[in-house]
Amino acid sequence: MPQLEIGGTTYEVDEDGFLQELDKWGRGFAQGYAAVEGIEGELTEDHWKLIDYIRDYYAQFGIAPMIRKMCKDTGFDLKRIYALFPSGPAKGACKLAGLSKPTGCV
Amino acid sequence: MVKRKTPMLDELEKGKWPSFVSDIKQEAESRNETDVDLQTPKEVCDDLLDLLELSFKDREGHWKHGGIAGVFGYGGGVIGRYCDRPEEFPAVKDFHTLRVNQPSSYFYRTEFLRKICELWERRGSGLTNMHGSTGDIILLGTTTPQIEEIFWELTHNLKQDLGGSGSNLRTPNCCIGKSRCEFACYDTQEACRNLTMEFQDELHRPSFGYKFKMKFDGCPNGCVASIARSDMSVIGTWKDDIRIDQEAVQAYVAGEFKPDGGGFAGRDWGPFDIVKEVIDLCPTHCMAWNGKKLGINNRECNRCMHCINTMPRALRIGKETGASILFGAKAPILEGAQLSTLTIPFMRMEEPFNEIKELVGKIWDWWSEEGRSRERLGELMQRKGFAKFLDVCGVKADPRMIKEPRSNPYIFWKEADIPGGWERDIKDFRKRHQK
Repeated sequence: MPQLEIGGTTYEVDEDGFLQELDKWGRGFAQGYAAVEGIEGELTEDHWKLIDYIRDYYAQFGIAPMIRKMCKDTGFDLKRIYALFPSGPAKGACKLAGLSKPTGCV
Repeated sequence: MVKRKTPMLDELEKGKWPSFVSDIKQEAESRNETDVDLQTPKEVCDDLLDLLELSFKDREGHWKHGGIAGVFGYGGGVIGRYCDRPEEFPAVKDFHTLRVNQPSSYFYRTEFLRKICELWERRGSGLTNMHGSTGDIILLGTTTPQIEEIFWELTHNLKQDLGGSGSNLRTPNCCIGKSRCEFACYDTQEACRNLTMEFQDELHRPSFGYKFKMKFDGCPNGCVASIARSDMSVIGTWKDDIRIDQEAVQAYVAGEFKPDGGGFAGRDWGPFDIVKEVIDLCPTHCMAWNGKKLGINNRECNRCMHCINTMPRALRIGKETGASILFGAKAPILEGAQLSTLTIPFMRMEEPFNEIKELVGKIWDWWSEEGRSRERLGELMQRKGFAKFLDVCGVKADPRMIKEPRSNPYIFWKEADIPGGWERDIKDFRKRHQK
């Protein structure tokens, strides 16, 4: 299993970089990972709004929210989400939020 | 140097048919000899063969489920593939697939094909699938670091975009259309391109509950089989009458013209018999031949295309052309396979295609709101009922939407359509009707 070191902490991640030990997530993980997912500099308030929303939803329902619901509940349209997380809500936002890899149809 | 031993795969090379095993072996040899600066492991095809042989031996696949790989700005177009025995098969540890938006009707220049093959040999496995069933160019097998590089070269040097994957609009596809076919009732290439450009966001940034496919057939012959394979099937049709050239009909009967454009010329079928081969085969029995003149009762014609296909020099599609729009086809994951259902009997298909775009918008809104996760439009239509679907589309029920309108008279009335609603005064009713 690949490992990733951020700020002195070692995390186990899968081949796509998704956190394997979900309880190890911290805000430092998200910030440390941001550059890999194409986000320059510090995460902004809007980044955290989306990350916190995804984490809350996951804690409640055990799955990642559907994209449409995510847009509706946060008030961000899809373009804004891609502007915040260039690799997209599934690959980018969910990864930074420390969720396990979303499943989906190819 | 060949390291593989693949007795089971070798079986698939026997017989007179093309074999994907032979193709992969050929590419494996070529990669061993090439002087191209390969950016992916040289042994990728060898490891692929070995891995498949192991899968046959174990009777289970060795690709992991899922995988999220992609390029910045897009959520689709790349399908992540990882092998679950990476130590033994390091060259296919990551072996991602790319879907590339095909040019409309597959018109290629050899220069483009050479370039894409060169790109894929250098940055991928060299293995392609031309084309996937949705229509895309499928590039099979590359490593994670190569994805952005390939995307850059594709879009900048080859001027070609990624296609759809995941829960988004899949790459739209069309038949050869007016470029080569006299049966085309509208410009399928134009429609396909226009809607592709209009819905770029939906194509590249998955936001649906599941996949959505649209395909454009120029006529009911259905060369891209849109009726069977797409959530929205746009099939060319005409409103007026089939144009008949009676002299040309005579020429077919006299044997001067070969039926079916000479398509069945390989065998002697005897002289052309218009009654047996055309009139009697008409599914709605709307044709007649009196030995001199061909007649068609166009009101009964269901656009099966058989007579036009058989005598293309004598019969032509009408002049007032457009398309029928059907919804809900899908493959058999839930509930079995479904064909699309006729929803809009006739729509003009002209630039800027606003009418169809508005319709698609209404349907996506409804599907996104009401559809469950991984529920295709066809399944939602079945769950909620066709009457509800017509409501969503803003169209009234029409006999043309019913398979057998004369033998299936059932209509689901809505309360609002009935004077007085569902309430009836029995005393008032009995005044007029005895018990």
